[in-house]
Amino acid sequence: MNLLESYAQFTGTDVVEHLRQLAAHLAGAKVVHVNSTRTGGGVAEILAKMVPLSTELGIDTHWEVIMGESEFFECTKGMHNTLQGSRIPLDERLLKAYEETNARNAEILRPVLEDADFVIIHDPQPAPLLAACPNRKGKWIWRCHIDASHPYRPVWKYLRRFVAPYDASIFSLAAFAQELPHPQYLIPPSIDPLGDKNIELDAETIRACCDRYRIDPERPLVVQISRFDRFKDPVGVIQAYRLAKRFLPALQLVLAGGGAADDPEGETVLAEVRTCAQDDPDIHLLLLPSDAHLEINALQRAADIVLQKSIREGFGLTVTEAMWKNKPVIGGDVGGIRLQVINHYTGFLVNTHEGAALRIRYLMHQPGKIKAMGENARAFVRDNFLITRDLREHLTLLVSLLHGAQDRIVLD
Amino acid sequence: MPEKAPPVNISGSAKPFSIRDCALVTLATGRKARMLREFRSELAHIDTASLYHHFWGGLLEPRFDEREYNNDFAAWVRHGIHDAVLAERLSALAPTEFADLEALRQEIIDLVDMRLDEAEYLSWTRATQQFEFQRSQIVVFDTKHRLQNPSELGSAISTLSLSSIFYHFIDARRRTADGRDDFSDWLTVFGEEFTSLQQRIAGVDPWFGSLGELRDELAQLFSSCSLETTP
Repeated sequence: MNLLESYAQFTGTDVVEHLRQLAAHLAGAKVVHVNSTRTGGGVAEILAKMVPLSTELGIDTHWEVIMGESEFFECTKGMHNTLQGSRIPLDERLLKAYEETNARNAEILRPVLEDADFVIIHDPQPAPLLAACPNRKGKWIWRCHIDASHPYRPVWKYLRRFVAPYDASIFSLAAFAQELPHPQYLIPPSIDPLGDKNIELDAETIRACCDRYRIDPERPLVVQISRFDRFKDPVGVIQAYRLAKRFLPALQLVLAGGGAADDPEGETVLAEVRTCAQDDPDIHLLLLPSDAHLEINALQRAADIVLQKSIREGFGLTVTEAMWKNKPVIGGDVGGIRLQVINHYTGFLVNTHEGAALRIRYLMHQPGKIKAMGENARAFVRDNFLITRDLREHLTLLVSLLHGAQDRIVLD
Repeated sequence: MPEKAPPVNISGSAKPFSIRDCALVTLATGRKARMLREFRSELAHIDTASLYHHFWGGLLEPRFDEREYNNDFAAWVRHGIHDAVLAERLSALAPTEFADLEALRQEIIDLVDMRLDEAEYLSWTRATQQFEFQRSQIVVFDTKHRLQNPSELGSAISTLSLSSIFYHFIDARRRTADGRDDFSDWLTVFGEEFTSLQQRIAGVDPWFGSLGELRDELAQLFSSCSLETTP
């Protein structure tokens, strides 16, 4: 069974056949994706499957990763935060490191990038590469995975000059799109049902994971999986847990964060969270390595309810992952979480830790609702947020760029 | 000139039904509205591709099976502006009843103006969620599959992708002269034998279920047709 056929078992053969038909119009095209990490974070996970799937469809697809030092990642992390709304000016020294790192990477990547029919640059880290490739022949697309709905303007203004010359950009939601002089496509990201984070696990594996972290599988469990990042509000999650625990004394909380190579702030936030958790034996803080996908999978499956109490969020792939595992999600009323969590249908949107606590109590007292919402959640992800849909929209975009800006493109 | 999927030749015998498929990708327009007056103002200037998207394109976008309203404008007026009256009026619009998208645009504007006259407070009510005007690009391609006879529809339909169902059953309403689906259009040439089936197809409302449910419903209709016409 090839990779495409293995996806058909989740999506149906019609979905895979549809991809083949669409990809036939791009046969032989050379596509290069560029980002800044091969492991950790949603972008790397998507590319790890998007690239081989595209290749199997007959598209010559490559994935390049730019290399940088700590100052570069400090800058891009700051950029990430400011695009999500933090009002912190970026130091000139860091911006210099950002531009110099891209210039160095361009020296290595220029031949492959200038030769490609399509170059897809992911997030701000490699954005200046376009300017360093004056003899490019293909279409260049900037893919922004960040919630840039309210960016800190001085930083956006700085970044915009690198992004504006692209042929198109992609945002996850309409609210994230910015004023740019080229078409702005809207493509929500996706999850991989065959990846270690999402494959089915047997009860024994889940139980073993609980044992490893001293989680009692017989007692109610809420889980938040996310980087230790202030925008994910891990402290708010602990506050919600404490409020709910007054009414549910057996309640347990897991806060598990995977590290990412381009996130130097994680340790600082983790220290704050440790202080907040104090010595509560029912709060499990787990700093997991970036490749602990099976652990994350097992923890999500062990949960009764999954939380994603973000105060800013790009799309929120951890929400999608939880929903795929039949879990209702209590999520912050922000970003892409709104696209996935529908009150009383797949979970609840909340604005405060009090709201999160209320919904934890409600669901824990309504096991039938947990089951029904979990089933809704799984079906919704199957139909809308698997990688096959993501790939289809990317292929459609590429075909569209080849045929100009018209609204309707009819191929032979 | 919009393409038309399965025409008949002038001698009256049907050409094979060409099964086509499509893929749709959404684009931001940068136009947003936070108040009803702003919405009305933007509506007057947006591209008709945006109207298409908010009435039809949403059917291929992430959404729940149980739609409360059949277009995005009505849903926003209800959940963003919180005005049930205008939401209900907008949801009653059947886009195929209008000569073109410009006529549909004018009707929406008229309904908004009428409501603003009725309820003055709506002039300054700020929406709890802003409306983002979007548009779609649709890529249509030929699957190379052909149906020679209506009796093949029953088995073929259940194998079609959901986007193919969208193209032939929903998008067709914008392309065909009388605003109906491609299947009914094709059946016309086979004569009165299929009039009853065409009427039953016309009774299928595509707006409130999922495309999967629509595919099942059509498959059931066409299968029963095959049984009726096969000795």
